[in-house]
Amino acid sequence: MFRVCGVIRKIFAMTEQRVSYMLDSTLETVDSAEQAASRIAAEAGFDDEEVMRIAMAVREAAVNAVLHGNAYDPGKKVSLAFETTRYDLVITIRDQGRGLDLDKIPDPLAPENLLKTSGRGIFLIRSFMDEVHIHPSLTGTEIKLVKHVHGPAAGGKEASQ
Amino acid sequence: MSMKTSNRQVDGVTIVDCSGRITLGEGSVTLRDTVRELLSKGQKRILLNLGEVNYIDSSGIGELVSAFTTVRNQGGELKLLKLTKKVHDLLQITKLYTVFDVKDDEAAAIKSFN
Repeated sequence: MFRVCGVIRKIFAMTEQRVSYMLDSTLETVDSAEQAASRIAAEAGFDDEEVMRIAMAVREAAVNAVLHGNAYDPGKKVSLAFETTRYDLVITIRDQGRGLDLDKIPDPLAPENLLKTSGRGIFLIRSFMDEVHIHPSLTGTEIKLVKHVHGPAAGGKEASQ
Repeated sequence: MSMKTSNRQVDGVTIVDCSGRITLGEGSVTLRDTVRELLSKGQKRILLNLGEVNYIDSSGIGELVSAFTTVRNQGGELKLLKLTKKVHDLLQITKLYTVFDVKDDEAAAIKSFN
């Protein structure tokens, strides 16, 4: 009964809207993206724990876009869009790099990779969101993150490429 | 809030009290510089007190791993003290919780250094 009430509250909080940003390839963009995600997820009615997970996933996606995609190139931009519906919060981040090579993303949980100092970003994103869709192309990588209003429990995921 | 550190010595162990965020950029660099400086002074028994670290991202996790392996490769030991729930959960899902030697009690942590 208590959980149902929480779901109803969240559905009412989710008014359909879309907001987008065009950002420079800087560390400030990473912080801005995280802060925007935190604010919008909270406004959408997610609880503190989910807000933290969503904001962290967006931060990691922004790091990938700025650092690995655009490689801090001042001539390249990062686009960030938030779309809230009564069912989902959908966040789309796109860079203008050469395109992420999905085959080169190592499994950070493999014993031989545990002590590597990088390679956990995509893993964390997939851990924190309900759906993750990655679309690399020669003109950049688009990553779409979806959090259902009352979807799988935290940590649930159905990643596709 | 970026990360701040302060060091203190207890029974031959350097305790690094960290507070704030260990994230890409300033936070990760602060941690890296702190550990390098300690090693350069020959202080190889390091206890990172993360009790006031309320946020860490994948870059910060990587920096913790780097600090751990760097100290170990120089014949030292680096342990973690007082993880917040967020940091604890992140180390759990990345399977690093069992890689690091994590302590909750400072006195017991100091005694555990060889």
